[in-house]
Amino acid sequence: MTWRVEIKNKAGVFDSHAEGVRRSIQELGISTVTGVDVERIFNIEGRLSSGAVERVCRELLTDPVTQEFHFLPSDEFKRPRAQRDVHSIEIAFNPGVMDPVEESTLKGIGDMDIDDVESVSTARRYTLRGTLSAAKLSLIVDKVLSNKIIQHVADPAHPKLLHAAALSGEVQAITIDLLSAKKADLARISAEGQLFLSIPEMQTIQKHFKSLGRNPTDCELETLAQTWSEHCFHKTFRGNIEYRTMTDGRHKTKHITNLLKSTIVKATERLAKPWCVSVFHDNAGVIKFDKDSHLCFKVETHNHPSALEPFGGANTGIGGVIRDILGTGLGAKPVCNTDIFCFARPDTPFSELPPGTLHPKRVMKGVVDGVRDYGNKMGIPTVNGAILFDQGFVGNPLVYCGCVGIMPRDKVRKKVMEGDAIIVAGGKTGRDGIHGATFSSGELTTESETVSSGAVQIGDPIQEKKVLDVLLQARDRDLYNAITDCGAGGLSSAVGEMGEETGARVHLDKVPLKYQGLKYMEVWISESQERMVFSVPPQKVEEFLAVFAAENVEASVIGEFTGTGRLEIYYGQTEVCNLDMRFLHDGNPRVTKKAVWKPYKGKSPKLPKKPDLDAALRAVLGHFNVCSKEWVIRQYDHEVQGGSVIKPLCGVDADGPSDASVVRPKLDSKKGFAVSNGINIRYGMIDPYWMAASCIDEAIRQIVCVGGDPDRIAILDNFCWGNPDKPDRLGALVRAAEGCYKAAVGYQTPFISGKDSLYNEYAEGKKSIAIPGTLLISAIGIVEDIHMTVTMDLKEAGNLIYIVGRTFPEMGGSIYYDYLGSLGTDVPRANFAQALRTFRALSGAISKGLVCSAHDCSEGGLAVALAEMAFAGGLGVSAHLQKVPFRGTDARDDILMFSESNSRFLVEVPPAKQKQFEQQLKGVPLGLIGLVEEYPDFVITGLDGELSVHSSIYELKEAWQAPLRW
Amino acid sequence: MSKQPKVIVLRTAGTNCDSETAFAFAHFGAQVDSVHIDALYRHETHLREYHILAVPGGFTYGDDIESGRILANELRHHLGADLGEFIAAGKLIIGICNGFQVLVKAGILPGPVDAATLTAKKTSQTVSLTHNDSGKFEDRWTYLRVEGHSVWTKGLDELVYYPVAHAEGKFVADPDLLQRLSGSHQIAFRYCSFEGNDPAYPENPNGSLGDVAGITDPSGRILGLMPHPERHFFTTQHPFWTRLSVNGRLGQGALIFENGVNYAREHFCQ
Repeated sequence: MTWRVEIKNKAGVFDSHAEGVRRSIQELGISTVTGVDVERIFNIEGRLSSGAVERVCRELLTDPVTQEFHFLPSDEFKRPRAQRDVHSIEIAFNPGVMDPVEESTLKGIGDMDIDDVESVSTARRYTLRGTLSAAKLSLIVDKVLSNKIIQHVADPAHPKLLHAAALSGEVQAITIDLLSAKKADLARISAEGQLFLSIPEMQTIQKHFKSLGRNPTDCELETLAQTWSEHCFHKTFRGNIEYRTMTDGRHKTKHITNLLKSTIVKATERLAKPWCVSVFHDNAGVIKFDKDSHLCFKVETHNHPSALEPFGGANTGIGGVIRDILGTGLGAKPVCNTDIFCFARPDTPFSELPPGTLHPKRVMKGVVDGVRDYGNKMGIPTVNGAILFDQGFVGNPLVYCGCVGIMPRDKVRKKVMEGDAIIVAGGKTGRDGIHGATFSSGELTTESETVSSGAVQIGDPIQEKKVLDVLLQARDRDLYNAITDCGAGGLSSAVGEMGEETGARVHLDKVPLKYQGLKYMEVWISESQERMVFSVPPQKVEEFLAVFAAENVEASVIGEFTGTGRLEIYYGQTEVCNLDMRFLHDGNPRVTKKAVWKPYKGKSPKLPKKPDLDAALRAVLGHFNVCSKEWVIRQYDHEVQGGSVIKPLCGVDADGPSDASVVRPKLDSKKGFAVSNGINIRYGMIDPYWMAASCIDEAIRQIVCVGGDPDRIAILDNFCWGNPDKPDRLGALVRAAEGCYKAAVGYQTPFISGKDSLYNEYAEGKKSIAIPGTLLISAIGIVEDIHMTVTMDLKEAGNLIYIVGRTFPEMGGSIYYDYLGSLGTDVPRANFAQALRTFRALSGAISKGLVCSAHDCSEGGLAVALAEMAFAGGLGVSAHLQKVPFRGTDARDDILMFSESNSRFLVEVPPAKQKQFEQQLKGVPLGLIGLVEEYPDFVITGLDGELSVHSSIYELKEAWQAPLRW
Repeated sequence: MSKQPKVIVLRTAGTNCDSETAFAFAHFGAQVDSVHIDALYRHETHLREYHILAVPGGFTYGDDIESGRILANELRHHLGADLGEFIAAGKLIIGICNGFQVLVKAGILPGPVDAATLTAKKTSQTVSLTHNDSGKFEDRWTYLRVEGHSVWTKGLDELVYYPVAHAEGKFVADPDLLQRLSGSHQIAFRYCSFEGNDPAYPENPNGSLGDVAGITDPSGRILGLMPHPERHFFTTQHPFWTRLSVNGRLGQGALIFENGVNYAREHFCQ
């Protein structure tokens, strides 16, 4: 039978969850709900006496101080008598959706020596008080209480329990008739199977099977689709491109074979830094840290799932990138996370949302919640990030998740050996995320919510933490030869990839399942989270399994790596796939895509004659892209593991915006590393080439600011772009990749890893909305001595303030222009050689202890950087624009204040160190622009000698903090 | 008797502050073993081998149901007798953050508990740590007034600065009990303003009644606290250490671990 347990807070106990729900309802514009109560529901199924249920309630499920319980057999549940203005709604997860509480509750009940429980499911019951029409109630259910992709409105008397029947009888391999298929049939087979394979790809597959004289099984076709998907294979970046440019009315055409190799990878090869240990071929890039250890860094995107289910999408996004680190080399220990998001503006009116999209504020809250849940529970500090807002992200939010790991230097190489057992460990396999890899290789449509819902899932961070704990023990005992994570494509990608050189035989019936009834294909391509695949020598299998069992992590031998060069898959005795590894990995046709790049034709705005610069500065500080993200940062544990040296927030009230974060991964060493990011979509709208250069410049600047060594910085590229089959989208992408190459070589910063997420478009009827082409550059730099690092907050009245680097009239894409309602054209450029001199000189000054604070000038320019330094330090500033090194014809106060020219810093130097500092920065454009003042006034004197800005630092801080203070 | 104080850092699924907690004890010369709770069931080691039990921060079993609940239930049912013996022997226990939640929900804090009650699995929870008033997880630094006379807090400055990082840290107790805990010097830490005065949010980051951040049992040998002293072990963990003149490398949290190790050395290792 099923028992229903209802738990609620005792009268008078404040319920913050209910309060949060009440506030979200208000934000929907519904003001009639005056009260919200939330009850936690447990449905316990099994042959339990009512006495046993009462014990479970009293000792396990209820807090005796704050809560009370009530229980009854489910079928005796009677809907309470309808009352005017009282609305009761119960929300439960759909059967099969991950709910970790169920398993933990089962464990707790087991610990009490009660073993008659078959299953547990949970729900929440919301009671809303106030007048509500049926339509408004349904709006609340949709927008606040539930997401129909993973949840449903439940019937309390009949909870949906998962009862999947085992498959019965002999399994037959299903074949797909490809041999007799015409072109139209091929297209239909690809579409119906959600394979996202193009016609030439389908034809190649057809030809291959014609030569074998047989039809493919569904499993073979699916494996090819997964492996050849844009998500797994990066067809665009590795394929051929015919690239046409039109500049100054002249056309040029260039044939590119393999964009990745001819730009990003080429830069790394040219630089040939001896401290780059492993680049581009493993899960993450690896660089040297100290004499014993290496660092690895990877950033991934999880955009499509986050658009549909923000919590689950971000949750599994961060879970996925952590597994990348666990699977780098022979496994690394994660030491910090980074997260960068792009959303539409949180104040977007509901009426402006395309159908089928979630409100950006809900997306943002869900994404932050998902990252918080996974990162915090894994015990990995989230130390760096950024959030950008643009209406182009309304249908396609971007979620970048990054992770840094540390590993012993002798654990970098992995090699699958013939005869090794294939072991899958961690989470069980269910129907989760079927078609995730192929789904993310197509555009979203208004139908996506219904068609692709299988691709969305929820993570279980504690499962992954358990895997992490045992994996490192197994690594240190040398129990396996190779490891990789189960990500997109599930086992099909992981095993297919690991067995590329050897061949592999897999028995799908050996894979542990969450529930019965999965078809062999579902087992093969399921993207259930928290799974890793190992290649274990036969003589070590027993010890390997024991290490995992000791901490309750399930591990199962599911096959072996053979010497056949073939991928052979069985379910029971039935062979369901037998593919040539060479065809699988090299057989796909290299297509040539067309790309066109035309320079942006825009206009610079006419600047106001006498702008109110006080007001402008407050507006720029309060711009969503500039303002404080403290609301987000505080929800992440950024200090767990004890390694934080420079936290994301700094200053006298610990609320100023740090540049890079600095982490000490070994508590007994003074060595550390800094992580940062550079991202700016508005520059890319003008010229993706200079966007790329600016992003790299920004990421490096931030590391230099805190005391990182500019000659020990490695970078990662992450492209999120629109549909690359459209020549203009692809042209911009090529242009950005070229910028990456030039800037990386110019700054001497090698790329060590990267990833692309294409097809970020949202089809609404015939219209297709592409995201602004977005490049994220993530950087990691070595810090020799963490005690020498500096933060950006001003330290002491009387100190000198310098600007380092030259300012140009580069207002295109600036926040100031956005405030004026314009994009402009003069995008910031960079002089790589000069910039590198600046970085090295300033870095030298910081390492010699000549600098008390440093901050880079980025979005919002000099004025924003200076204001942030002032209010973070709780000190005033007097500064003179005349002293700013400037080159250009039209010097104006607003241009000097808000230009976003690259390679610039503001630096605080004590008067006693003035000479040494200036000596150290010889040859670098330098301006002594002002002084740190004791009184909290922020004063800028303009070019004409008159006051241009005179504000209190508290006013400026308020303008900066208010927008996202939720 | 062993020469070296021995610390067991108890781990299970979802524990995540174990290595920095172990580091803190080891720094002062303790031998520290990070032990998975199942290893105790397999008799690979025993609680009685140790002088200090540390239940570190984290999200044991995901904080499913409520924070610390599943591990607390497990301790009561599987380790009650061993814990009873450990406590009766006058040994030390510290629970930090999730560890504090576990000790409270297992009925070990505020105590007192005796070996017979623990062995009979009869302990019951009398105070609680529940969801923050802000409704969210928050990582922020808090000023704490040090009270009571626990061996763990001996010699601490009157005011210390430690970070909290939790979603369920609001201390709740019946007003009479709160009064009694105060009277029996069982309040170890209270949130306060940076001048040591009564706090407002976010100085009291979670809405704790009586601004309580940490408590002990009547003997002072069992300490539980929401803030993380192991995260202010080094000066460079202070959120604005770059503004301070750095005297020495150890932060205000280090002394707690030193106190524990010294006490164990004096009482069990002579």
